[in-house]
Amino acid sequence: MSSTKDEIRKKRKSAFSRRGFLKGLGAGTGVLSTGVLAEQETDAAPATPVQGPGAVAITLDINGRPHKVNVEPRTTLCDTLRNHLDLTGAKRVCDRGTCGACTVIIGGKVMYSCTVLAIEAQGKKIQTIEGLAQPGKLHPVSQAFWDNDAQQCGYCTPGFVMAAKGFLDHHPNPTYEEVKKGLGGNLCRCGTYVGVRKAVLQAAKEMQGGRNA
Amino acid sequence: MERFEYASPATLKEATALLGSSWSDAQVLAGGTDLISLMKEYLVSPKRVVNIKSIGELGGISKTGAGVRIGATVTFDELSAHPLMRDYPSLVTAALGVASPQIRNMGTVGGDLCQRPRCWYYRGGYGLLAMKDGKSLVPDGENRYHAIFGGGPAYFVSPSSLGPALVALGAQVKLVSPSGSRTVGVDQFFVIPKSDTERETAIQSDEILTEILIPAARTKNATYEVRHKDALDWPLATASVALKMNGSKVGSARVVLGHVAPTPWPAAAAEKALAGKSIDEATAEEAAAIAVDGAQPLSQNGYKVQLAKVAVKRALLEAAGKA
Repeated sequence: MSSTKDEIRKKRKSAFSRRGFLKGLGAGTGVLSTGVLAEQETDAAPATPVQGPGAVAITLDINGRPHKVNVEPRTTLCDTLRNHLDLTGAKRVCDRGTCGACTVIIGGKVMYSCTVLAIEAQGKKIQTIEGLAQPGKLHPVSQAFWDNDAQQCGYCTPGFVMAAKGFLDHHPNPTYEEVKKGLGGNLCRCGTYVGVRKAVLQAAKEMQGGRNA
Repeated sequence: MERFEYASPATLKEATALLGSSWSDAQVLAGGTDLISLMKEYLVSPKRVVNIKSIGELGGISKTGAGVRIGATVTFDELSAHPLMRDYPSLVTAALGVASPQIRNMGTVGGDLCQRPRCWYYRGGYGLLAMKDGKSLVPDGENRYHAIFGGGPAYFVSPSSLGPALVALGAQVKLVSPSGSRTVGVDQFFVIPKSDTERETAIQSDEILTEILIPAARTKNATYEVRHKDALDWPLATASVALKMNGSKVGSARVVLGHVAPTPWPAAAAEKALAGKSIDEATAEEAAAIAVDGAQPLSQNGYKVQLAKVAVKRALLEAAGKA
């Protein structure tokens, strides 16, 4: 183990213990933790409120409903959905904006929720897998995954379904090649890509004619 | 990720006032696709994060008297679809080559220029120059994705997708701090650090990259990128070219390689060789060979010389409409 890696380890450890310490202080944390860079603030007197680093009350517009939650500014949208709002469809897998398992639709565009801060997602329309199905009826994309055997272990599936829905919203009548490229941001370790592509082409047909939910 | 305080100012003036005199004071958040990962890896732990995506004046693509202005928070997705980009296929190709639809919806043009290198020694905590006991780990280490130009001590490659195309187009960036603003050529924006305390771009910790300015001059331009995989992959070598034509012949040429050096890498000798020529297989091949002349591959990346050469040839033929 190199000295540099050791230093990073140490930093990580100290980060955790400091966090524990601050937590231990309970209600006082918020007060203690404000005022980083305080001298600069008095100089420049920015009109913008500076929030955190303690938990901040935010409201997220998820699947058409407002959700109030208290999270630190560093908390990602993925962790907020899963750990604070019990919306566990988006999966935390690589946690580095690569695998696509955490894909949600923000402002009409597919994004990796592990690489978006919850606090910056305020004021935007967030769609997650939980908002797709109607009572008793699957969304055409989910149904097409079912029909085409487009999953094995299923862990990448919610991300893939959201990526497919976001793709079809912008490309209602895609070719096979476009589907391949359009879903290039999601990985499936079981290798169900052929089924996924067939499913997206089927869903595209199903969603024509005003059924584009 | 360490804790940080957060601000989302509505104006540029407020945003620059929130930055600090050192990188550990504050970091700028736009697409987040690099910064959030850097913070998760504890490579960057700022006291404050300043989100600039709510600043209206940093968005949009527009025509100006001098050319085209691209706001720093424009995403790759917006850039690649914008009608004003039709004259700049080199930029569109580079933007569409970035990672995945999700990253192209999130990542911004300003972030593309300011992102930190992907060198695994840097990402592993060894610093920009990958130094251990006063010696770079790269020449005797795992260097298959490292630089073949520059000759060290920096061996990382510039991760910017748009950088080579912007250098070829003669673009500039505007950097704004609380004390004023400056305009820097993209070719000057990227620098090769000589020590671990230097950085690979000219931006300072109290500055925000606000816009990219592309001059109006008409060029035939193209980018060619070589990747291992079809999607979600960094290029192994790229080339961007911009040709000012004089009838059917090249008046002047810019040829800039990407992912082969710590900066976008202009191939001056190849540019010179192209002047006065018409582009065909033979002249493109000749210029490509000149472009990689003098490459200094490391133990595992000799293959990049051939890839860079092919990239130059194909970019030239593409720009000339002969691909």
